[in-house]
Amino acid sequence: MDPTQLSLVQAHAWLSSRQISARELTAAFLERIDRLNPRINAYITVDREGAMAAAQRADDRFRNGTATPLTGIPIGVKDLFCTENLTTTCGSKMLARFRPPYESTVTRKLKEAGAVILGKTNMDEFAMGSSNETSFFGPVRNPWDTERIPGGSSGGSAAALAARMAMATIGSDTGGSIRQPAALTGLTGLKPTYGRISRFGMIAFASSLDQAGPMTWTAEDAAIMLRVLAGHDPKDSTSIQAEVPDYVNTLVNRLDGLRIGIPEEYFPDSLDRETRHALEEAQQVLRDLGASMVSVSLPHTRYAIPTYYIIAPAEASSNLARYDGIRFGYRCEDPKDLKDLYTRTRSEGFGAEVKRRIMLGTYVLSSGYYDAYYRKAQKVRRLIARDFQDVYTGVDLLLTPTTPGTAFPLGEKKDDPVAMYLSDIFTINVNLAGLPGLSLPCGRDHQGLPIGMQLIAPVLKEERLLAAAHAFQSATPWHQRKPEL
Amino acid sequence: MTYDPNYETVIGLEVHAQMVTRSKIFCGCSTTFGAEPNQQVCPVCAAFPGVLPVLNSELVSMAIKTGLAIQGSIRTRSEFARKNYFYPDLPAGYQISQFELPIIEHGQLHIVTDDGVRKRIGITRIHMEVDAGKSVHEGIQGASWIDLNRTGTPLLEIVSEPDLRSAQEAGEYLKKLRSILRYLQVCDGNMEEGSFRCDANVSVRKLGQTAFGTRTELKNLNSIRNVMRAIEYEAERQIDSLESGGRIVQETRLWDANQNTSRPMRGKEEAHDYRYFPEPDLPPLVIAQERIDTIARQLPELPDAKAERYRNDLGLSEYDAGVLTSSREMAMFFEETVSRGAQPKAAANWISVELLGRLNRGGMEIEQSKVTPEQLGRLLALMQNNEISGKMAKQIFDIMFESGGDPDTIVQEHGFKQVSDTAAIAAIVDQVLADNPLQVQQYREGKTKVMGFLVGQIMKATQGKANPASVNAILQEKLSG
Repeated sequence: MDPTQLSLVQAHAWLSSRQISARELTAAFLERIDRLNPRINAYITVDREGAMAAAQRADDRFRNGTATPLTGIPIGVKDLFCTENLTTTCGSKMLARFRPPYESTVTRKLKEAGAVILGKTNMDEFAMGSSNETSFFGPVRNPWDTERIPGGSSGGSAAALAARMAMATIGSDTGGSIRQPAALTGLTGLKPTYGRISRFGMIAFASSLDQAGPMTWTAEDAAIMLRVLAGHDPKDSTSIQAEVPDYVNTLVNRLDGLRIGIPEEYFPDSLDRETRHALEEAQQVLRDLGASMVSVSLPHTRYAIPTYYIIAPAEASSNLARYDGIRFGYRCEDPKDLKDLYTRTRSEGFGAEVKRRIMLGTYVLSSGYYDAYYRKAQKVRRLIARDFQDVYTGVDLLLTPTTPGTAFPLGEKKDDPVAMYLSDIFTINVNLAGLPGLSLPCGRDHQGLPIGMQLIAPVLKEERLLAAAHAFQSATPWHQRKPEL
Repeated sequence: MTYDPNYETVIGLEVHAQMVTRSKIFCGCSTTFGAEPNQQVCPVCAAFPGVLPVLNSELVSMAIKTGLAIQGSIRTRSEFARKNYFYPDLPAGYQISQFELPIIEHGQLHIVTDDGVRKRIGITRIHMEVDAGKSVHEGIQGASWIDLNRTGTPLLEIVSEPDLRSAQEAGEYLKKLRSILRYLQVCDGNMEEGSFRCDANVSVRKLGQTAFGTRTELKNLNSIRNVMRAIEYEAERQIDSLESGGRIVQETRLWDANQNTSRPMRGKEEAHDYRYFPEPDLPPLVIAQERIDTIARQLPELPDAKAERYRNDLGLSEYDAGVLTSSREMAMFFEETVSRGAQPKAAANWISVELLGRLNRGGMEIEQSKVTPEQLGRLLALMQNNEISGKMAKQIFDIMFESGGDPDTIVQEHGFKQVSDTAAIAAIVDQVLADNPLQVQQYREGKTKVMGFLVGQIMKATQGKANPASVNAILQEKLSG
């Protein structure tokens, strides 16, 4: 069997029994990247030397008995996690040659567990986008249909995994950037509770919404990844101080007694017919597994997009002020004076969508507009969070579609920002409420494109998401489908 | 300078005090002053992509201390905010500060005004914030140097109510505030190095008018003297302007100490929209009441309380108590001197007259004194025990002040020991009386003034070492015998 087709759990078994060495496994993935990446454009940077050296160390750990479930596992990392001495671009011209002198907590934990980082995956510039078309390094193509987008902003992580150019990948999710591309490429994508995984070294888009998470083929693989990534970090004051459970031990095959809420606002008339049908079938599978479905309402759902597009750009406008051409990153040629240095560095270094959001954010924070926009959005955000708290008194999980439809063609929404923003309509409120959400494949449309469904749990109940997803995957074949390449 | 008596000046001060934490506010970099440029910088204080601030807990304790010392209320839940503006020495493009919910509110301190009245000055708020780096424009053409060593140094911004009515009051307020911070050992108060900086908001209004006039903000005031001069200048400028039919423009003005004038500032500070919003990288700061209580118990005795104790328990004058508590070092010097056996009043007198007089002439601070409190205490004890005379004590003190040294050693080396042996003095008195029969005769005829001459002769014979009290007693006895 081609080792690139293994799940993380299977690969660990092969490595443990010396059926394959970490170097052989890594070499197989590097060869596949060489072959497929030119078509998919999932990686911005491939770190061959670093990966082979890490594989060598992984083999040593298998020999001396210090291997972990991630040792020797080839992983792709979204290019906004800072990696020491390895270029970290954030998908932007601004950081095209930026080599951080420090390591993000996420990649440090992966490295300490013995994982092999193959390279840095493509993404929308500064994670601003839903189609991976805003990347300075060109769009990523969906392995299921290379004329379609893979979703975004973690489009490179999704496409790399879907095309088997990694065994698992790391994404980040501010308004759906893990779950939406996972849905559009047939993967399992987990956005944990806000603060569950440290943000240290993860280049900020919107600090109060950003959260890292794993993208995998199965819920079981996601459980293994989360176990390594989760936990308080003294370097991130917003990371949560709470025990990290053994997410693998809490996986189950039956869902007896589980109450799943179906929020009516997430099934509008405009919902894609095939997606609606796939979700109905999924509900039947869950019932067969012992769960019960309960109709619920989240009345403030419709404020998701406006609320998000005030708060996220506001934070981004401030977070991106540091890209001024003075200490690192892109700097314009021959600045005349300070103002010219700022203006041209930022005009030339940022792409259109990033500029649009900086302007939006600057506007909503401006004197005279703050109360009408930012302060009001914060109030609505609390109402949205309360909606969820209220329904969780009666249900254990929520089930929704992840996206309004399947992967759309490249270029279709590129020049229509509002249409693009609406593709995150089902994922955004989860970020605003700080909740954990998971997308997993639950069907296919008439063109064979994957359809995803989203499970949403209360704060810190990731194990509930993973257990339900695992049970679903034990009863369905969707997560095993692979694109033909 | 004279003010127009029809006007009063209204002043509020904003003080930025650097806290003497070992490390910076949000990272582990050192805060030592004077290092080579950009040697105390890390990815966090240089605002590299993806880094996050972690609040220095020592700073929070210092802020609480300060809040308690000015009798402010301490918020158990305060919030950090971002103040957004572009400047090359502000690496993140925003300053992390506190805006809507500062850690301290509603404090006060007391000053003594020119006419000796104790006056309460309100302190609106104290908040924590991060200092920026430095832009250096000298020594380079067509560009500027950026030094980020200071970036991330923790500051307390201390904002007074507009309760001050003259440059003198402003000066007293700053001295008192600086003294409190130094007592607490949270700020070194060095204005020249910029660890204690002050901006002044100044307006004038006709006496009796209740509404405030339009204010201007004065910057670049790097000494208390400059603060006072700038306020005087500004008040006069505003009054002149109003009297000649003009109006005051709300603006920021830079003080030029060399020209003794101020000019409007242009550039980054003007008409800025800082777009404040809550800092999403730091959760609200929640302080347990127990922590405040613990710090309250450990608070040192502060200048006002100390001065009161000096007056009531040690019998010092209001003036001496004020002088001796004006700085923590001064008070420590006094208390240490007393603990070595000196009488409090004598110690107060010697410190405020002899020691400070000499220090002031040399432009020195008490920390630079060669005389230690132990030595002064010993000197005064020698005098109180009649081992040396007051006159000797001053001579010995001169030597101690110039060259340092222990009074016992100086007494020995210079032969300052006072003769108090009655028999020895009596023998000398007898000799002097025998040598000066005319004066003895005059005294006995009622010309008691010659007593002084005879004492002088005796002191001369003993080279000034005879205990004057003993000399007087014995001489009196012999003359009337």
